[in-house]
Amino acid sequence: MTEGGGFLPIIAMLPFLGALLPGLMIRAGRNVCAVTTAMPTILALVMLAILAPSVFSGEVIEAEIAWLPALGLKASFFLDGLGLLFAGMILGVGLLITLYARFYLAGEDPMGVFYTYLLLFQGAMLGIVISDNILLLLIFWELTSLSSFLLIGYWKHLPEGRQGARMALAVTGGGGLAMIGGMLILGNIAGSYELTEILAETEAIQASDWYLPALILILLGTFTKSAQFPFHFWLPHAMAAPTPVSAYLHSATMVKAGVFLMARLWPVLAGTDAWFYIVATTGLVTMVIGALIALFKDDLKALLAFSTVSHLGLLTMLLGFGTPVAAGVAVFHIINHLTFKASLFMCAGIVDHEAHTRDIKRLGGLASLMPVTFAISTVAALSMAGIPLFNGFLSKELMLEEAAHTTWAGNPQIVGIVATIGALLSVAYSFRFVAHVFLGPVRDDYPHKPHDPPFGMYAAPALLAVLVVLIGVFPAATVEPLVNLTAGAVTGQEMHMHLKLWHGVTPALFMSVIAVVGGAILLGLHRPLDRLWIAMPRPEAKVIFDWIVRQAATVSGRIAEGTHNGAISRYLAIFTAATVVLGYLAWAGGGMAPATREMLPIPPVVGVGWVMLLGATLAVVVMHRNRFRALVLIGIIGLMISAGFVYMSAPDLALTQISVETVTIILLLLALHFMPKETPRESGPALRLRDAVIALGAGGGVAMLTYAFLRRDFSTISDFHLENSYSGGGGTNVVNVILVDFRGYDTFGEIIVLGIAGLTIYALMEALLAGPASRRLRNWDFSRDRSRDRHPLMMVVATRVMMPIAAVVGLYIFLRGHNQPGGGFVAGLVISIALLMQYMASGFAWTQGRQRIEYHSMIGSGVVIAGLTGVGAWFAGQPFLTSAFGYVHLPPIEEFELATAALFDLGVFLAVLGAVMLTLYSLSRIARYAGETVNIGPMDYDPSQPPEEMAREEAERREEEG
Amino acid sequence: MEIVVASAVGVLTAGGVYLMLRLRAFPVILGMAFLSYAVNIFLFSTGRIAIDAPPILNNYADVPYTDPLPQALVLTAIVISFGMTAVLVMIALGAFLEAAHDRIDMTGEPDEEDAAGTEREG
Repeated sequence: MTEGGGFLPIIAMLPFLGALLPGLMIRAGRNVCAVTTAMPTILALVMLAILAPSVFSGEVIEAEIAWLPALGLKASFFLDGLGLLFAGMILGVGLLITLYARFYLAGEDPMGVFYTYLLLFQGAMLGIVISDNILLLLIFWELTSLSSFLLIGYWKHLPEGRQGARMALAVTGGGGLAMIGGMLILGNIAGSYELTEILAETEAIQASDWYLPALILILLGTFTKSAQFPFHFWLPHAMAAPTPVSAYLHSATMVKAGVFLMARLWPVLAGTDAWFYIVATTGLVTMVIGALIALFKDDLKALLAFSTVSHLGLLTMLLGFGTPVAAGVAVFHIINHLTFKASLFMCAGIVDHEAHTRDIKRLGGLASLMPVTFAISTVAALSMAGIPLFNGFLSKELMLEEAAHTTWAGNPQIVGIVATIGALLSVAYSFRFVAHVFLGPVRDDYPHKPHDPPFGMYAAPALLAVLVVLIGVFPAATVEPLVNLTAGAVTGQEMHMHLKLWHGVTPALFMSVIAVVGGAILLGLHRPLDRLWIAMPRPEAKVIFDWIVRQAATVSGRIAEGTHNGAISRYLAIFTAATVVLGYLAWAGGGMAPATREMLPIPPVVGVGWVMLLGATLAVVVMHRNRFRALVLIGIIGLMISAGFVYMSAPDLALTQISVETVTIILLLLALHFMPKETPRESGPALRLRDAVIALGAGGGVAMLTYAFLRRDFSTISDFHLENSYSGGGGTNVVNVILVDFRGYDTFGEIIVLGIAGLTIYALMEALLAGPASRRLRNWDFSRDRSRDRHPLMMVVATRVMMPIAAVVGLYIFLRGHNQPGGGFVAGLVISIALLMQYMASGFAWTQGRQRIEYHSMIGSGVVIAGLTGVGAWFAGQPFLTSAFGYVHLPPIEEFELATAALFDLGVFLAVLGAVMLTLYSLSRIARYAGETVNIGPMDYDPSQPPEEMAREEAERREEEG
Repeated sequence: MEIVVASAVGVLTAGGVYLMLRLRAFPVILGMAFLSYAVNIFLFSTGRIAIDAPPILNNYADVPYTDPLPQALVLTAIVISFGMTAVLVMIALGAFLEAAHDRIDMTGEPDEEDAAGTEREG
């Protein structure tokens, strides 16, 4: 990290952080909101100004933060002349736009939202121009597409705004995808994803076979972004955005991003024939076509949009020439275009704002009504036309000079001639902007009586117009150092361009004169030419684009409908069969080592358990239509698996399995209460045979796989856990120590997931009961399956007796967990089973009435306790979730251990208990909806209470009341 | 012993897949439960089979221990699969109450049960 490099990440982050503010500050008023928005921009500008002297002295400022080094992704930034110019433009114009938008936006437009989008976009643009890592650059590149989508579609209520935003996103986002490919290829060739290192690999890159694919993919990205022919069509449609957006995105920033990247990669990509013919030709064509269309556009902003397309073509062409001087001219024109185009956009916005139309055919004669706007527009438009004393003249002259010296496919004149035609058209539409809007007679049919706007609105364009003149008259004193610095950064060599007004009598001067005179004549002929243009059949880009989108949607729809017919069972069958085939192919590939482990003997009791497991599984498969029976049979399977865990040295798993089994079956039983009790026979023999084949294939494959690795030795990391469990974790039950200590993070995540599952169920139920299902439940008919003895005396008494016993067992299991089988998971399940028994015996509502703690808060406190235990380690200077333990001796009791892990386990316990109980609670709510009565007493017949009749009467009375 | 475990995993998987491919929600839930069993045993057995060697440290004698790591992973997996089953059950129940049938496929013309459901909703 070089000196001052620390500023760079901050500069990149400032707009993003600042984007959080406008939405809040709008409550304090529009002025405060605008000032708040300007703050991060101003701060970033100040930091840039601090760095600027070092950059001017030839230093490259770098900063680097490791991010995902394994992928070559680093948050690395660098600032050289090119970055400085663009960052300055982005921030400077951003500031002016902030000011302008404050006055432009109407009262009903949500200003906070606008400024948030604006800052997001500004941050993304800044990121592009100061990123060193190209992966980071790509991220920012995509961010500009996304944030510009939001900005262009800001007026959500306008269909043009939405369509324009969608089109811009489709085109620039699509180009961005291509560019990701190109950039990755480029990084692979250069062996680094750092721009500073890639730029030093020119020879390797240009000699590579992958140069051309990389070039084409990258250019697809830059051409779409910079609206080059034939991708230019999105830009005019993006003009549906509010004018500040157009002025910002389409004069200074977004569309320049493509030009920026071509300039950035100029040293490694430029100079080849492929570069020249693709880039220069595209630029030339775009320049002429853009200018031609601009001449015939009646919408002021559309005229400016196509003029922007034309100027972007000019810049692209200059970079395409591949000579250092041409690149320098491009840099100069970037500055000039920024000043006059941003100014013109804002003037167009003012006209629109004041006259309530931007249709040129409805305007004219505004010069006397809006003198200030007229003056600013004239200066900017003359600069755009390339008239001497304005900065546009200087760069256009230099451009024509370069074009005149360029030979295209052996023809030395063609580039110069076509460029002159482009310049001529440019003069014509620039003159038209002034002549048809401001000159001519004052009309009496403006939609709104126009007059000059308040100072705040024309301050920004006026400032830019002053810059236009200053640069135009004193180029050497104002921008020459910056141009040379930036051009040096683009070309990688010292640049000594001398910008001056008079170059002597050169071919460029003649071309300029031809352009100006021809342009003026063309404007004179505008009326008949316009009629001809309108009568002429022209390809409409939007129609073509929409057609392509429609076709793509139709084709994708057919594919989706063909493969996704809504039958989940079919997808599952395809998925399983494919997995089996892939597994078979992997096995058929060979490479299996010979078996190394001896088989263990099978004792008879295991054989019995195995037969029961298999028998129960087969029975479920065969008899699954009777759902109750299937549930009973599943209980056998769970029991056998628990027994298996006991036998195979996994007491903790056995405990967990058996308690989970109990809870699951209770849950399924409760759910089954509201579901059909039988599964109808629907699939025919062929389908069942197909499923059986798939199932046997999957089962056979998994069995073979299991058998294969069971017979082979392996290496494990568990030796570490076994060695350190007691000394490091303070427990002898290694499984529990792993859960609460070694892999405490996993467990922490797990209880959160479980808690989320509980809450999801609760939320599902909430949504369900608000929908049509509640009506169905209200009419539920219990008559068939209701027991007449709902809360039997025997069961109530038995569960009451068992409750404290079960609670003690749960506590015991919880406390011994660290050293003996048990722990928070199992204890939570045991306690929830004890509670479930009460619910079953006395009914949910009765029991719930005696419940003090809410289950939601139980889940929450469980997660919080576990988390706080982990945080506690920080205070001891240890990483999150490091456990500590000690031994305490209290006189009457034996020495015992106190461990923070027990506290963590308490969190696990509470989360498990809460999640299980919340699930049950949700199910019981269904029953309540279905009209299940709430019993007053704990049991149907209570000998200790007054006679039955009284209780029943009381119950009925309360039911009527409730 | 290895054959016992491997075949148990295989049978549970086969049963689970078959039930999962049925057309009603309830057998699919049962199938998922079977698959959870199978996957849990499968994961557990990656620690290989050891008899009489629970991973509870014995401070008094040098005895063999089985691999505790797969056990710890499977323990949480069992609890999580309970959570998953519970959510599935609730979704199935909700779907049944909303649509008046518990078919899982959404193909073809709406039949009587569907029609009844939509009619009531409308």
